[in-house]
Amino acid sequence: MKIPKDLFYTKDHEWARLEGKKAYIGITDYAQAALGDITFAGLPKKGDMLKQAEAIATVESVKAASDVYAPFSGKVTAINEDLAAHPEFINRSPYDEGYFFIMEISDESEKAKLMDAAAYEQYMEGISK
Amino acid sequence: METSDIEALRKTPLCETHIAMGAKMAPFGGWLMPIQYEGILAEHAHTRRAVSVFDICHMGEFRLEADPVSSGLDRIVTQSILSMPIGSCRYGFMLNEKGGVIDDLVVYRLGKASWMLVVNAATIAGDEAHLRAHLSGRYDLDNISEETGKLDIQGPRSPETLEHLFGVSVKKLAYYTFGKFDLGGKDVIVSRTGYTGEVGYEVYISADSVTRLWKHLFEEDERIKPAGLGCRDTLRLEMGYPLYGQDLDADHTPLEAGFERFVDLKKDFIGKAALIREREEGIKERLVCFGSDTRRSPRHGFAIFSGASRIGTVTSGSFSPSLLTGIGMGYVSGSLKAGDKLLTKDKGTEIAVTVVNKPFYGKERTV
Repeated sequence: MKIPKDLFYTKDHEWARLEGKKAYIGITDYAQAALGDITFAGLPKKGDMLKQAEAIATVESVKAASDVYAPFSGKVTAINEDLAAHPEFINRSPYDEGYFFIMEISDESEKAKLMDAAAYEQYMEGISK
Repeated sequence: METSDIEALRKTPLCETHIAMGAKMAPFGGWLMPIQYEGILAEHAHTRRAVSVFDICHMGEFRLEADPVSSGLDRIVTQSILSMPIGSCRYGFMLNEKGGVIDDLVVYRLGKASWMLVVNAATIAGDEAHLRAHLSGRYDLDNISEETGKLDIQGPRSPETLEHLFGVSVKKLAYYTFGKFDLGGKDVIVSRTGYTGEVGYEVYISADSVTRLWKHLFEEDERIKPAGLGCRDTLRLEMGYPLYGQDLDADHTPLEAGFERFVDLKKDFIGKAALIREREEGIKERLVCFGSDTRRSPRHGFAIFSGASRIGTVTSGSFSPSLLTGIGMGYVSGSLKAGDKLLTKDKGTEIAVTVVNKPFYGKERTV
């Protein structure tokens, strides 16, 4: 299971890649594997205001539908348009081609509520026991 | 899931083999079963295009030695069995007095007074109790579920796989017939039946030989791939086949489910009076099929609305790998026809669907 070093993680298996105030958001390798073949991603709209930890997107697999929660508060600046036709990008490349959207975060201190890669790795060890 | 919960689940003889081969295992009806191998979409496509094998050892089998009339067997099942040729099988139901479905089952006629009943895994104990309560006179009923292994080999290339195993004569089996074959000195029953809508076979073999057969299949033939219950569910749903416990249950009759053709109203059977009454008074609910126009799928338990009125509940729903849209079925009140627009809802989710005739995929294959 891949856990890139430079990302922040939530307990619900979302990730955020921070570039200054800009953040790419997606779901982790563990999440995509647990869901199985992803068939639909319901994304927020450009301009939507998000609040940390609120359900802001849905992801459907063949078997089930799940909510995706905002890692940060802020404003959606772009969505990954490719996912509409290719939801399988989330399975194939959860940290890259399969990102969900880009946002401008409003409060960098919210990082304190997220895990870094080492903490997420430890958290995952607890789950897989 | 806690380790103790996993330990409490029942396991087929192939459980360790599935784990060793990398299957994703999950609880299903009290059993720890392979849900997928390489992925539901890939396994679904492989079954539609080539050939897959499914571990179905969890399902139940009964052997019954009984005259069908004097034992009461003919009254216990809805399908006509007196007219069955030896070597044929027939799909139907066991009903309660209210006409509700206790189980759906396939009856195999092994001899003039010799039968195999194939039932769902979760209903084995209830079915056995129902059979024992209603059989009478001279009969011998044996629950052989434990010692019977079952592999479903399904897909357009399955006849070639079966020919490798059993010789060319197996390819002569007509739909819903079976034969007895020899496999390394072991008797096996092979029927030309399945739950996928593809050409396929169900193979019954002793539980202690099933692992050897499973492994042998992959050694003999590189086209065959293992498949899990995840794609078994999408394959059957695309055909409009019902799953007991979701689309069929003790609170709904075969008439509500739309399976009149597996009910022989010319004979007497438990629940018949209720069905006759229901036909006279009007059928209250009907199982309908519907599809979404998008990749989003209604799911089991979603409420079904027609305009502002709640008219029913989704019993099965999934993404259809063949159609690339959501599909489902559910019981609704009132009478609907193909083309009617409905809305399925669950909390914040709303998915518009259109009523369609089954099957969703392919041509109708009648039993």
